Amino acid sequence: MKQNRKIKQLVISDENDLTFGKAPHPVECGKGLVIGGGQVYPEINFTLPSMTVEEDTWQEVRNQYSTIIEEICQRAVVLETSGIVVEFELLPPMTLNPQWGAEITQILRNTLDNYYEKDGLRSALRVTPVDVRDAERPPRMRNGKFWDKTYRSFELCAEAGADMLSIESTGGKEIHDEALMQGDLAGLIFALGSLGARDMKFLWSHIVDIANKYNVIPAGDTACGFANTAMVLAEKKMIPRVLAAVDRVASVARTLQGHLEGAVGPTKDCAYEGPYLKALCGIPISMEGRSSACAHLSTVGNIAGACCDVWSNESVQNVRLLSANAPVVSLEQLIYDCRLYNTAIEAGNDYSENYRKMLIESDLHLDPQAYVLSPEVVIRIAEKLVKCETPLAMTIQSARETVKIIEQAYNNKELNLNKGDIRWLGLMKTQLETIPEDESQLLENIKSGPLANKFLPEEYGL
Amino acid sequence: MSIMEELKNAVIKGHLDADAPYPPDMVGQPGVKDLIEKALEEDIELKTILNEGLIGGMNIVGEKFSSGEYFVPEMMISAKAMKGGLNMLEPLLVKEPSQKVGTVIMGTVQGDMHDIGKNLVGMMLEGGGFEVIDLGVDVDPEKFIENAKENPDAIIGMSALLTTTMENMRKTIKLIRSEGLDNKIIIGGAPITKKFADDIGAEGQSNNAGEVVGLVKNLLKSEKQ
Repeated sequence: MKQNRKIKQLVISDENDLTFGKAPHPVECGKGLVIGGGQVYPEINFTLPSMTVEEDTWQEVRNQYSTIIEEICQRAVVLETSGIVVEFELLPPMTLNPQWGAEITQILRNTLDNYYEKDGLRSALRVTPVDVRDAERPPRMRNGKFWDKTYRSFELCAEAGADMLSIESTGGKEIHDEALMQGDLAGLIFALGSLGARDMKFLWSHIVDIANKYNVIPAGDTACGFANTAMVLAEKKMIPRVLAAVDRVASVARTLQGHLEGAVGPTKDCAYEGPYLKALCGIPISMEGRSSACAHLSTVGNIAGACCDVWSNESVQNVRLLSANAPVVSLEQLIYDCRLYNTAIEAGNDYSENYRKMLIESDLHLDPQAYVLSPEVVIRIAEKLVKCETPLAMTIQSARETVKIIEQAYNNKELNLNKGDIRWLGLMKTQLETIPEDESQLLENIKSGPLANKFLPEEYGL
Repeated sequence: MSIMEELKNAVIKGHLDADAPYPPDMVGQPGVKDLIEKALEEDIELKTILNEGLIGGMNIVGEKFSSGEYFVPEMMISAKAMKGGLNMLEPLLVKEPSQKVGTVIMGTVQGDMHDIGKNLVGMMLEGGGFEVIDLGVDVDPEKFIENAKENPDAIIGMSALLTTTMENMRKTIKLIRSEGLDNKIIIGGAPITKKFADDIGAEGQSNNAGEVVGLVKNLLKSEKQ
């Protein structure tokens, strides 16, 4: 069921209600899982070891996935977990050849069904085709072979047994990549608040239709290609951390559009904008942190879990470690993380509140990217966002509020910033003063600048 | 301050010309283009302008980046200012023996669409005075070969982010060598290790864009010895 196309008030307005395992609008999916219904579930994701994916290696690819899912289910049964979410993120050749993605989906589906019948293992399968529209620059978002492949991949994977559909969509990334490296906030905001938001509406209206047709859950998207790129660049000291923090919050309006089109959650694991979406829409969210260090490093390992409903490892290669293959190791870590979450929930409000406080406090003061994920900050900013009329206005407001809150936190000695971060706070404030909220005006500005030939306006309905 | 010091400083600050809005505290002051014009009027040698002013400035930008004082956006602004200066010098430089530091052919290998890392490396190399031929993403081996044939002295740089596409580096190198081409090859990307580079016959490897200029310069030096 589609929600209102505009959020007028927060579904969660008290920061203390923005907590783990509980969402106002839980999602029932797969074999008896209720996401956000009072428990945190592990979400295990995995990828191939170093090998190519082509005709000649296809049988080996199938064998790899068969082994991975079999070993994961075995371990989940041994550890008596109450349920698991399995995510299959397609690799580019598996979306470019949609039948391949469907074949792997079928392998995973059959094994999960088998373990449900045999051992009562409850599970849900999230399938995430690749947004291969990004394969050409400037990308064509609404037609052409890459759009056709992406669309077909969704259809075939839904038909082959996915319980949930997700994507890491890329609308506006062609501008965002450039703008991020130039520290150009007008470009970033245009990419997220105009191009990204417009593409999310277009794309998710189609995904929701496919999901309805095949009776699967349209789960959610992520600004991974945007704000997580910024996070990784900040980790490598390529860009200031404050810019990555602003980019994170500025991505909220863009990802929100998918939920306004009917995506119901759980959000994609790498969508660190999830806490904002949970506050705005009440949907359950998947998050990743300390147990996704196998995929990428971050400075938000604990705080990211403060209000998660599903806890993920992002991805891990199927390589042998001392104890077992890496996906099994990763699953075990997630299951133990979730046992702690769920024990705290069962022990009552005092315990879960204390555990949540520890998750927040242990990261909060060390990095602006962690600071903007604290429930208190999330609610403060989200309250401002519901007053905005358009995704673009919301994106600009996100950036302005984030700069303001980070500056306040620094001045109040609640947040550590380095000299570069402080210099960039000033630079961002200056830039934000001149960005127009009128979309056509911003478009004209972009079209008269160096980013003009990087995108096709008509592909975004502009 | 001498003109060359002023030029170097304009590159470091990323100030293209007097009208350029960045940095705000230098608006109205002469930028890279104005200072090159002045240097040419004073008959300062082209190679002095290039090496001491432009490349000298970018070398300091590189140092600031390595020490954490500058971020990529600041480097990009400086690189743009330097490029603006280079564009002025290029028509004059062709009349002199080559001043080019070297050429690097770059691309993300077949099947891989990731380009931020490659672009960062390209920018660093341009800042270091190299000519960069960017082949883009999802580059098939034939395209690398075609460009290597046209630029036999160029170094080839390949990028891959996925464990499932890094093997295409091996395939590409094998095909380049089977064509009898002996261009030096460097590779990079999140899953790439030194061991993998050695295994597939790449002469250099780095996962840090800031180190690539040094890596390429060392390869060129070893080539000349």
